[in-house]
Amino acid sequence: MAATTDDKSLWWRVGPVLVVSAVVLAIWYAAAIGLNAAQVIERTLSSQPGWGARDLIKLTLSMDRPVLPAPHQIALDLFDSIFGWPLDSPRNLLFHAAVTSSATLLGFVMGTLLGAVLAVVIVHSRTLERSMFPWIIASQTVPVLAIAPIVIVILGSVGLTGLFPKSIISMYLCFFPVAVALVKGLRSPGVMELELMHTYAASKRHTFWKLRVPASLPFLFPSLRVGIAAGLVGAIVGELPTGAQAGLGARLLTGSYYGNTVQIWSALAMSALLGLVLTGAVAFAERVLTPGGRK
Amino acid sequence: MSVALPLAVGLALLALAILSVRWLAAFDEHSVVGRFGTPLLFGAWVLVFWQLLVDFFEVPRVLLPAPSVIWASLLGGIGVLAGDFTQTVLHSALIGLIAGCTLGFVTGVLIDRSPFLQRGLLPLASLASAVPLIGIAPIMVMWFGFDWESKAAVVVIMTFFPMLVNTLAGLAESGHMERDLMRSYGASYWRTLFSLRIPVALPFVFNALKINSTLAMIGAIVAEFFGSPVAGLGFRISTEAARLNMGLVWAAILVAALAGSVLYGVLGWVERRATFWHPSIRSGA
Repeated sequence: MAATTDDKSLWWRVGPVLVVSAVVLAIWYAAAIGLNAAQVIERTLSSQPGWGARDLIKLTLSMDRPVLPAPHQIALDLFDSIFGWPLDSPRNLLFHAAVTSSATLLGFVMGTLLGAVLAVVIVHSRTLERSMFPWIIASQTVPVLAIAPIVIVILGSVGLTGLFPKSIISMYLCFFPVAVALVKGLRSPGVMELELMHTYAASKRHTFWKLRVPASLPFLFPSLRVGIAAGLVGAIVGELPTGAQAGLGARLLTGSYYGNTVQIWSALAMSALLGLVLTGAVAFAERVLTPGGRK
Repeated sequence: MSVALPLAVGLALLALAILSVRWLAAFDEHSVVGRFGTPLLFGAWVLVFWQLLVDFFEVPRVLLPAPSVIWASLLGGIGVLAGDFTQTVLHSALIGLIAGCTLGFVTGVLIDRSPFLQRGLLPLASLASAVPLIGIAPIMVMWFGFDWESKAAVVVIMTFFPMLVNTLAGLAESGHMERDLMRSYGASYWRTLFSLRIPVALPFVFNALKINSTLAMIGAIVAEFFGSPVAGLGFRISTEAARLNMGLVWAAILVAALAGSVLYGVLGWVERRATFWHPSIRSGA
């Protein structure tokens, strides 16, 4: 093991992450054995005299409904559900991930548009800025997800069900970071740049498109990453109260109703993967669209 | 005829609203009227139009209750809502918030001494920010039962990572010059930590606290959807929504919103007192 302190060395970049992940896994296994032991002893081992530590470990790591499933059980369940069932089967987690991510993406697009419109309006009108901006900020100190059930009930009573109500919740969570960052970004050009545009005799619209919009991109993308992660949470929570049949949130809820812990954990792992894929996609778009890349 | 009169009154009110908000917005930005008056008046006009539109179009109460209905439910259900407030805000959210932030801060200070642990934990912490941690709620409910302990546990997990990341960033914020100065004073590690590095890190810590105050309310309320005793704002919202008793639902939301805003406001106030030296506070005056 050539552990050097050279900043560029491969070991120094991935080594710590690997070691910490390995420690987390080891703690997880230990916790799984510890937490499941009581149930295993009570249900199975107490009827077989002379059991040893080996039996205990084996049984705690392969329980049907463990208190804490072992990582490999979750991975197996995830693998089974993805490859063992057709893509349109409700047993396949990719199907649920597709349902949730379509709600997330629709909400993300709507939220980004709403945020952009609000930002442009606020940048152009002092009156609207002074009267609306404090409320936009206040709207986020409200536990937004608390309104999820009513939004769903209200829209359901008007006959809107399925994808759209969930996307509304995602939209509400997405629009704020976008609006705030865009206001900051659209205002970021300095006096020098604005005066240069003035000497070019650029119209207000030209200044907006050629100067303000490009200048706002570095502010926009980090907020888009925050926005899509928040939107995913919104879509998942939006699936909780609807009695929805599909989606990762519905999967979490049925798992918790039936005490099926492995199902909860694999749904959780799937939503974590989905979160990483979505934020990764935004980060990729950022790299492509901002010349020079992000720092 | 029957439509023309309300329409005219409505348009006149709208004109009055626009003019009055514009008039207030023209006040000096640093005066009390300019800072608080404009948004308050804007909000008041929104309430007026909400009430008028709901009354005039006879919007079904299920769809959107009028502000007066919500106010009446709030007054009528004040005892129930006070119990929900204690359960959700004072127990689940606040205890979870304090425990999670303390844990995150202490962990940050501890692993700050080890670059190895920092490099190992930071990528994991930033992964955690992309993951919907709220999904841990059903598991916590299974482990810790229906009462507030399980909700507090969800809040602890949700608030831990933002605090950890911000604490580490804040501790790295003090410059070489200042650290060298502390060294030349012969200051010990702990003295440097408490006199230089933690004060410099405070703006980051408060940033995390403010993010976490919102997360704590969300975590406490959403975790109640997975099972709770017969009290709690999340419980109230989901059961009353199922009974289509929308007045009380909106009243519960109002309580949650006020609690969230007050928590945020208090943190902001403490921040201005504690980090009065920071440029972003000084220039804001």
